[in-house]
Amino acid sequence: MSADLHDHDAAHGEEPHGSRRGYWIGFLLSVVLTAIPFWLVMTNPLSTQATALVIMAFAVVQIIVHMIFFLHMNGRVEGGWSMMALLFTVVIVVIALSGSLWVMYHMNANMMPAQDMSQMG
Amino acid sequence: MAHTPSLVAADGTPLYHLAEEPHHPEGSSTMLGFWIYLMSDCLIFAMLFATYGVLGTSYAGGPGPRDLFDLPLVAVNTSMLLFSSITYGFAMLSMADGKVRGTQGWLAITGVFGLAFLGIELYEFSHLIHEGAGPQRSAFLSSFFTLVGTHGLHVTFGLIWLVTLMVQVARRGLIPANRRRLMCLSLFWHFLDVIWIGVFTFVYLMGMLR
Repeated sequence: MSADLHDHDAAHGEEPHGSRRGYWIGFLLSVVLTAIPFWLVMTNPLSTQATALVIMAFAVVQIIVHMIFFLHMNGRVEGGWSMMALLFTVVIVVIALSGSLWVMYHMNANMMPAQDMSQMG
Repeated sequence: MAHTPSLVAADGTPLYHLAEEPHHPEGSSTMLGFWIYLMSDCLIFAMLFATYGVLGTSYAGGPGPRDLFDLPLVAVNTSMLLFSSITYGFAMLSMADGKVRGTQGWLAITGVFGLAFLGIELYEFSHLIHEGAGPQRSAFLSSFFTLVGTHGLHVTFGLIWLVTLMVQVARRGLIPANRRRLMCLSLFWHFLDVIWIGVFTFVYLMGMLR
């Protein structure tokens, strides 16, 4: 009976430390994923909109690279609870960021012609 | 549905509560707890990013990102933080091998890179304030200083923590408690680098595109 209670302790083994190779892969990928956005913004080979989309995509990829190679995130750490906490946080962050920007953008757009509003009143 | 007690005491009487707390080895839940703290910290940064996203174009007739930001300086700053990330990784590898001197050496190098990052950031801040572009100038600058300053404050506390752990390791060696603390700081340090990816992309690079 007590074995059931204590069983899950065995699942917490040593934490993963990663490998030298893993850190180097993560570092080199990060250098590339950082250098290209800076180069794009400094030299402007693309249109503004294309540059914005590309650097945002690179940021997302680099965050995933850091999560995998530096933070050693995977579905098995702490029996999957770290990943659950991370996914939950990502959902909240996406809702908070997109919601704030969306609501405030439309509020700004609708409140902008202040003089027109006063004429209407 | 009848309640069937899941636990039965030695003499056969049902137990409706745990007779004794399940025993956890010391520190077994620290890493998950620290990870959940980091996730809550992530929410703080998300709010500051949202604030910057909303206020980032309100210049109040003052200077905008193009007038203020120095991209080569930001690139140097970014590389400082990235270098400190990989050197902290090497410290963790030395720790896994049980090498005290290697761990201390890599931690010291990480600290130097962290200090360089902070120094450059403080130089940038003082330069901006000197130009009259302090946090009180416009909503854009208020949200900029709050977001980047909060990140810088985290790096500052990370450095204090780093020095504290170097003293701990020097006095006690790589005992399990110190290993656990170093792993927590590893998460914290790499997490700050992840936040910085958002800062240099959304604040500096996107700012220069406006």
